[in-house]
Amino acid sequence: MKEISEFQRKACTIAMLGSGGAGVMTAAEILLRAAGRAGYYGLMTKSFGPQIRGGEAAAFVTLSTAPVDIQGDQVDLLFAMDWQNTERFAGELHISSDTLVISGLPGAEPPAIVAGHQPTLVEVNLKAMTRSHKGTRPNMVALGVVAGALGLAQETVNDLVNERLTAKGEDAMAHGTAAIELGYGEAEDLDFDPLPASDGDTPRWIISGNQAAGYGAMRGGVRFAAAYPITPATEILEWLAPRLQKAGGLLVQAEDELASINMIIGGAFGGAAVLTATSGPGLALMSESIGLAVAAEIPLLVIDVMRGGPSTGIPTKSEQSDLNIAVYGLHGDAPHVVTAPNSIPDCLFTAQWSTHLAESMQVPVIMLSDQSFGQALGIVDRPAELAFATRRQVATTPAAADYQRYAATLSGVSPMAIPGTPGGQYIADGLEHTETGTPSSGVADHNKQLEKRLTKVVDFDYGNHWAEIEGSGPAAIITWGSTTGPVRQAMQRIDPHGERLRLISLRLISPAQPDRLAKALAGCGRIMVIEQSQMAQFFGHLKAQFDLPIHADLYARPGPQPFRADEIAAKLEDWLS
Amino acid sequence: MSTETACPLTARDYKSELKPVWCPGCGDFSVLMAITKALAETGRRPEEIAVISGIGCSSRLPAYTNCYGFHGVHGRALPLAAGLKLSRPDLLVIAAGGDGDGYSIGGNHFLHACRRNVDLTYIVMDNQVYGMTKGQPSPTTPPEWDSALAPGGTGLRPFHPLVIALAAGANFVARSFSGDPANTAQLVLEAIRHPGFSLIEILSPCVTFRPEDRNWAKRVHPAAVDETQDRARAARRVLTDDGFNTGILFRGDRPPYQPPYNPAEAGPVDFEVEFRP
Ligand SMILES: Cc1ncc(C[n+]2csc(CCOP(=O)(O)OP(=O)(O)O)c2C)c(N)n1
Ligand code: SF4
Ligand SMILES: [Mg+2]
Repeated sequence: MKEISEFQRKACTIAMLGSGGAGVMTAAEILLRAAGRAGYYGLMTKSFGPQIRGGEAAAFVTLSTAPVDIQGDQVDLLFAMDWQNTERFAGELHISSDTLVISGLPGAEPPAIVAGHQPTLVEVNLKAMTRSHKGTRPNMVALGVVAGALGLAQETVNDLVNERLTAKGEDAMAHGTAAIELGYGEAEDLDFDPLPASDGDTPRWIISGNQAAGYGAMRGGVRFAAAYPITPATEILEWLAPRLQKAGGLLVQAEDELASINMIIGGAFGGAAVLTATSGPGLALMSESIGLAVAAEIPLLVIDVMRGGPSTGIPTKSEQSDLNIAVYGLHGDAPHVVTAPNSIPDCLFTAQWSTHLAESMQVPVIMLSDQSFGQALGIVDRPAELAFATRRQVATTPAAADYQRYAATLSGVSPMAIPGTPGGQYIADGLEHTETGTPSSGVADHNKQLEKRLTKVVDFDYGNHWAEIEGSGPAAIITWGSTTGPVRQAMQRIDPHGERLRLISLRLISPAQPDRLAKALAGCGRIMVIEQSQMAQFFGHLKAQFDLPIHADLYARPGPQPFRADEIAAKLEDWLS
Repeated sequence: MSTETACPLTARDYKSELKPVWCPGCGDFSVLMAITKALAETGRRPEEIAVISGIGCSSRLPAYTNCYGFHGVHGRALPLAAGLKLSRPDLLVIAAGGDGDGYSIGGNHFLHACRRNVDLTYIVMDNQVYGMTKGQPSPTTPPEWDSALAPGGTGLRPFHPLVIALAAGANFVARSFSGDPANTAQLVLEAIRHPGFSLIEILSPCVTFRPEDRNWAKRVHPAAVDETQDRARAARRVLTDDGFNTGILFRGDRPPYQPPYNPAEAGPVDFEVEFRP
């Protein structure tokens, strides 16, 4: 018999559906926050129709007493404000006969993708209720119904609703409370198991991957940013812009990505720790100038929040298909660093770490986050404070006659003079140069500088941050980024004690760490690589750079469908048997 | 190390030891001379100045100064310079390059630099050709000019950079001729002193690929009318002149774009409260 993981036992997934303006996102976010205040972990993802504004929308909230990094396999509770265009969510809305479906529109037929699974169907007359209590809003009644069904304290929900409505005045707040009361009243008649008891009010954070990335970079010291808006990275910029200002920094909206990357190169040359954030198309535009930053040894962070590609592709959905351009997309022999977070809170860690790497090695770092982290909201443990000691090596008292900006030191890192420093004047150059920075096309200079730039990146001590390793079984799964969550959940289900399986999730994608991987794989007879890319870019990278054993197996498929734990569990069961 | 010095700095103090790669007779030599002369007049020390360029013969200029410099990629000098100036308002930042670099591959940045109006001085050495890549037509090349890449000429109307700069919001527009380094130095100095984005277009002949332009010395003449603060008048004048009138053509009063650097009243820790559920 299969062991049921802690996650499966205690997690509960709620979906809220509604057409444009129905307010399901607001309701779902309040629900998530209420659960957060009550001591649950959670995850909220959003799905929208193709309209820019006002189309149908679905919010998914998974709550648990254990950390949640993916949506549950099945929807336990579905609240539909209406059934308009629900078919759009066919691939995402997993209904079963155990699902409790609440329809807010009595008499309306649920579509086949719902009704076909024969769930329990209950009707709640939102219209009648909001009509009988003037001023109440249907989404708040729906929120009351769902929160009541889950057994969340009504007071907490009221508090949250009131916090949102304070600006709108006393009346609005009273209507909000009344709507919640109506919903809780309806919930009393429902036959639904409330959430199991939580740990109480543990201090947790509610944060999106994009906020976490912005915050991590600020913790790492970033104070100057320039960027051009692009889905799904824009939230990083919108989060940073006002906060950088408050922290004595600045974010500039550039005319395009060619400008944004060059603006931050200018800022970094001036001494600031800098970043830009973009997605695949923007990264492609930046690549020439990232090469410049490699040659001129300019530290900077580029966050690529990946989406379905190529070209405009699927801007609102995730895919792990920018690995090749991030690792191999620069012209010339251009050593740089590519990192990837493996969870929402890890977006914070990895952004902070990436800033530290960029500054320590005076090198561009590309961090590959993705839409599924960036635009999801998680309730997570408060991330630890990190202190990375090394900062940029600066030439504080260079003597004009001997200062060598590009001195071939042992570590490859050479002290950088910051404009304003007397005696440190040099020309940062994309042309190959001598140690002082004078252009040179000589063999010896080219070799020396190539060697310097490679050494500093390859010899750097990345410590044990290069990967996350869990379990000690003889069959290893190697993965990265947002595929880590579903793999982890699948492993907990089929191997709860980590005796059969081992998870290795790479945080440092490049430069490759073949020795470290070999050590992590010690004792493993079998290996499977799992990734969300049709062309198996990660697998190719591992095979090319990491001495991956020849018999390694592969499970790779494209987005936009996120991996589900049951999908991967089935794969692994099959693979192990 | 003390940065004070008793005697004032001269143009020599702003020149590096490096020997330019330019062809003998190239107009850019005089432009370099004019720039170093102007810099000596600014009272700013070499380490407080940064000269930023893209790629081209003219873009080699930063290395021939004794200032901080950045020789970046083709066409991107302006955003790099803006990023530096915005993060380091204390520095004097100059961008320099050619007509291909600034008006063709970097054309979008040119528009937005004018519009953004960061306090920069942009020096374009316009030789109406791509010198570095050996003689292809640029956006300012006359339509009939014959070359290997465009046999019989491009047939295209040349671009009017000064009018475009005016329309896009540049705050100071001037034209000069490399063969007149004294006046050029004066104009560069005025451009540097004027707040906001200053464009100075220096006609700087490429003696190798357009030897016919040696005759520019005979064609240039000082602007017949005084400088103006009226954008429309300046634009009309530039559109209707012969392309060889030199001097300050427009001096505007737009405030430069320099978002205030608030003293750091908050650090990252202060944002933690936002993440409480
Ligand atoms: C991305 C890119 N495309 C093309 C080139 C080749 N290239 C180098 S300089 C140049 C034109 C330079 O012309 P201009 O800016 O007028 O400078 P000049 O040499 O005339 O001073 C070109 C096309 C390049 N370096 N980079
Ligand atoms: S090719 Fe023309 S622009 Fe380039 S250095 Fe020679 S003369 Fe000057
Ligand atoms: Mg030219």
